[in-house]
Amino acid sequence: MYSQGLIGSGDQTTETPKFLAAFQARIDADEKIEPNDPMPAAYRKTLIRQIGQHAHSEIIGMLPEGNWITRAPTLRRKAALLAKVQDEGGHGLYLYSAAETLGVSRKQMTEELVSGRAKYSSIFNYPTQTWADIGAIGWLVDGAAIMNQVPLCRCSYGPYARAMIRVCKEESFHQRQGYEIMLKLAEGSPAQKEMAQDALNRWWWPSLMMFGPPDGASEHSDQSTRWKIKRFTNDELRQKFVDATVPQAQRLGLSLPDPALAWNEAGGRYDYGEIDWDEFWAVVKGHGPLNKARVAARKKAWEDGAWVREAALAHAKKRAARQSVAIAAE
Amino acid sequence: MPPALVAALIGLADDHLILGHRLSEWCGHAPMLEEDLAMPNIALDLIGQARGLYTYAGELEGAGRDEDALAFGRLERAYRNLLICELPNGDFAHTMLRQFYFASFMQLFWQEVESSTDATLAAIAAKAVKESQYHRRHCAEWVIRLGDGTDESARRMEEAVTLLAPYAGEFFIADPEACGAVAAGVLPETQALQHAWQADVEQVFVAAKLAPPEAVYAQKGGRRGLHTEAMGHLLAQLQFMQRSFPDMTW
Ligand SMILES: [Fe+2]
Ligand SMILES: [Fe+2]
Ligand SMILES: [Fe+2]
Repeated sequence: MYSQGLIGSGDQTTETPKFLAAFQARIDADEKIEPNDPMPAAYRKTLIRQIGQHAHSEIIGMLPEGNWITRAPTLRRKAALLAKVQDEGGHGLYLYSAAETLGVSRKQMTEELVSGRAKYSSIFNYPTQTWADIGAIGWLVDGAAIMNQVPLCRCSYGPYARAMIRVCKEESFHQRQGYEIMLKLAEGSPAQKEMAQDALNRWWWPSLMMFGPPDGASEHSDQSTRWKIKRFTNDELRQKFVDATVPQAQRLGLSLPDPALAWNEAGGRYDYGEIDWDEFWAVVKGHGPLNKARVAARKKAWEDGAWVREAALAHAKKRAARQSVAIAAE
Repeated sequence: MPPALVAALIGLADDHLILGHRLSEWCGHAPMLEEDLAMPNIALDLIGQARGLYTYAGELEGAGRDEDALAFGRLERAYRNLLICELPNGDFAHTMLRQFYFASFMQLFWQEVESSTDATLAAIAAKAVKESQYHRRHCAEWVIRLGDGTDESARRMEEAVTLLAPYAGEFFIADPEACGAVAAGVLPETQALQHAWQADVEQVFVAAKLAPPEAVYAQKGGRRGLHTEAMGHLLAQLQFMQRSFPDMTW
């Protein structure tokens, strides 16, 4: 669904100043970098990490919403949710393919994910307890993903930028669908309205955390900005999200769980309260409510599926061998 | 005739809803990402077909039941799906073999319904026949890959064949409540499809190097609402929201 402010590693490149300057000149001229183009090792590594984290987020993101497919309240909602979760899997697939153009395999990335070493968006470590969570995730989490990803459509790395264009179209469809779920609840019975408000209360702060640590604390922003991988800072994107979302909440007649939230006339923006960064870092470091369960679910799927993947490979080999025998016999 | 047709359509819709539900349980837990996309895709088609069938059944019945009232608002004994649809997924071999059996049967079934005397059903069939063709092909390929893959996959496929053998016969048992619709030429007689279905299964099993299923005593009763113990648990999930929050709009 989204790539969080990057965490970990800070590489030095060994390339010559002349090479680096020529690369930077291409970036500054807004040229797209393609898979076979020369690129600094750190550029490659940053992208592998970012695209990988993004892909993992799409895949892990299938789990909290998948949790409601068998319990959706109507057939229309069930079909829409199945299609949405399937879209997220598709996003994971394009993103793994984009990362593969940089020389890392999907298998390697998957093994990193199921070993618990890879990062993914922390928001998916929270549980989906009620049907309204499906609305809140579509509205807020896909909404935050769009804020992050629209600028990535202009990312300097061609395959990532192109994947994002396709992904963003679907994410905005998800966002509208999520908002529409919330709208139905907000217009519904008192029990439905209460369910919607409760979901908003639980998902609001984790959604703001999706933009990553505050600008002072983020390790990678400067170099990523020079390379036009990142176009806005975490705080800038977070602010855009708040400004877009507050009026949407008002239209639903729901309140945001932040007493400090207020319109700032002079700044032309909403001021919001302090984010609980202790909670953010705790979840990033693996102590969220469901970190272990999410990774365990993917690990189980991967391990339980090993015999299927082996069989597919063995069958393909047998077929190829039979074919070459047939050709030789002609 | 409408009561027979309504009963037949509800049974058919239940097959699609319940099997779609089972298949959707795989979403996010498949052996590979491609199947995390393919299985929900098939489940979506099945749920789409269920919706069309429930809606039409509700219109014919004329009692004001819409697709959701029919899908979520009945007690277990009123669901009329074939037992094979409600069986727990088991492993990937079991899931794929079950899906292949069903898709192969439905492809033959919908091909007949395309020339039904009922225009609404003929239109549903025209779309469904293409979908079931795709499902059949996808699942048959897996049956072949797994049957003729590794020793382990072949063993698992053989187990699936044994486990499903008692449930495949129910496709071809006439549904007494629906026979009015069959007599009127609206729906095909499923018994007449058995030969073609067996030929299709045999052909795939040869390619998969699998021994054909042994003839065993057929489990039946789904069409009369006599279900396995798995069904109640499935319905507890399926109906959770409608039972907890009755008569609301979502
Ligand atoms: Fe996504
Ligand atoms: Fe995304
Ligand atoms: Fe999405």
